[in-house]
Amino acid sequence: MAIANLRIQPRFPTWPVYLAGLIPALFYVYQIFYGDLGADPAKTLEHAMGEWALRFLILGLAITPLRRELGIGLLKYRRAVGLIAFLYVVLHLTVYLLLDQGLDWPAIWADIVKRPYITIGMAGFVLLLPLAATSFNAAIRWVGGRNWNRLHKLVYPAVLAGAVHYVMLVKSWPLEPLVYLAIVVALLGWRVWRRT
Amino acid sequence: MLLRHAPDLSEREVTPRDLYLNRRHLLAGFGGMMLAGAGAAQAAVKSPFSTDETPTSLKDITSYNNFYEFGTDKSDPARNAGRLTVKPWKVKIDGMVGKPGEYDLDDLLKGMTIEERIYRMRCVEGWSMVIPWNGFPLASLLKRVEPQSGAKFVAFETLVRPSEMSGQSGFFKILDWPYVEGLRLDEAMNPLTLLATGLYGESLPNQNGAPLRLVVPWKYGFKGIKSIVRISLTDKQPATSWNIQAPQEYGFYSNVNPEVDHPRWSQATERRIGDGGGLFAKRRPTLPFNGYADQVASLYAGMDLRKFY
Repeated sequence: MAIANLRIQPRFPTWPVYLAGLIPALFYVYQIFYGDLGADPAKTLEHAMGEWALRFLILGLAITPLRRELGIGLLKYRRAVGLIAFLYVVLHLTVYLLLDQGLDWPAIWADIVKRPYITIGMAGFVLLLPLAATSFNAAIRWVGGRNWNRLHKLVYPAVLAGAVHYVMLVKSWPLEPLVYLAIVVALLGWRVWRRT
Repeated sequence: MLLRHAPDLSEREVTPRDLYLNRRHLLAGFGGMMLAGAGAAQAAVKSPFSTDETPTSLKDITSYNNFYEFGTDKSDPARNAGRLTVKPWKVKIDGMVGKPGEYDLDDLLKGMTIEERIYRMRCVEGWSMVIPWNGFPLASLLKRVEPQSGAKFVAFETLVRPSEMSGQSGFFKILDWPYVEGLRLDEAMNPLTLLATGLYGESLPNQNGAPLRLVVPWKYGFKGIKSIVRISLTDKQPATSWNIQAPQEYGFYSNVNPEVDHPRWSQATERRIGDGGGLFAKRRPTLPFNGYADQVASLYAGMDLRKFY
């Protein structure tokens, strides 16, 4: 670990990061009660939660390259960023199951097996489960540091699944999902290039 | 639980339509010019084809649109379509017709009886609305230009004007412009097939396809081509924009059919926009031909609708 080349080492505690990560969710809670979520509020929420999940996943993926290339040391916040990302993934999935599909399990199952973008999105969620489940210190000791590191590389296919899920669900080729996919590919490509 | 601090109803929705239309007539009569530009009132006669289902609010109909010429987000058209010049407007009618020509829209509308038709609208993405259109049957226009006996299809084109249509000038080409659509001639002549000029008793908002758009209520919404500048009669099935973009997803017919899934959306159910349930609005079952089977199913007798989707 190249701790020596850290030029910026923030002394900030991590709890403000958790709080900041909740702001988008709280904004949408406010919107639900007092605002206007538009003509199709369930879809608006579903898309917003999915997009925030992707943003935080990308942020988590950017932490190592930022440290290696620019010396920005945000490593101590990575767990917070990852857990917040997982929270938005869970919210996104909940909105889909509850508000979009109304817990119509046969329809949901048909979606998962018949529609590749939902299959891929669901696969991304499943890949994140063991990561979220082992995101506390005792779990690292329990699993063992090296195994824990190996396990958490599952985030790479998970983020890629999220970005591909977004590109596949839109009609035509609008810019935004392609930008997310390009960032994810760049961040994963950097890892291949640096062989980390 | 959904709390709202402001009433959802606009004055238009709580005032009986006849009453406010009357009031607008009076206003138009006294000081007509003052109303110009602000969605002019349109008189319309009621139609027996109207559903008695509750219309979706004007706000939802005008703020939630797919009109990729103005952007791919459903809020983009309301934001960007205001710049479109819709007057004067010409429609070119050509191909296999006795009276081809480039017609001024005002001339085309002369002698047409504008009807109010409250139709269900079903989007291929799995949502639906109930929309009070103003318009006239496409058949009335086609009869006037005298289709030749060999004509079998009608092709339509949307305006291309990148200077006013922001989605056409983007870095990525979203679709091949112009947007094109088509109908078989018997579908086009069906009395349900409407050329819409208005909405909720007023001229059509730009984001809804001003000044002239197609409404085919038993087909998915994307068949209802907007801001029409060309109508051609032909003996060949015309190309259609979404069919060119993704042929495995969008067929030529695109009849609303709960039995035939789109690869990305089940078509068995739909979410009615503004259904009253708010966030917890339930999906409702989708009806074959969007509930218009009695009037149109015979058009497809003997056809395999899984193949001709």
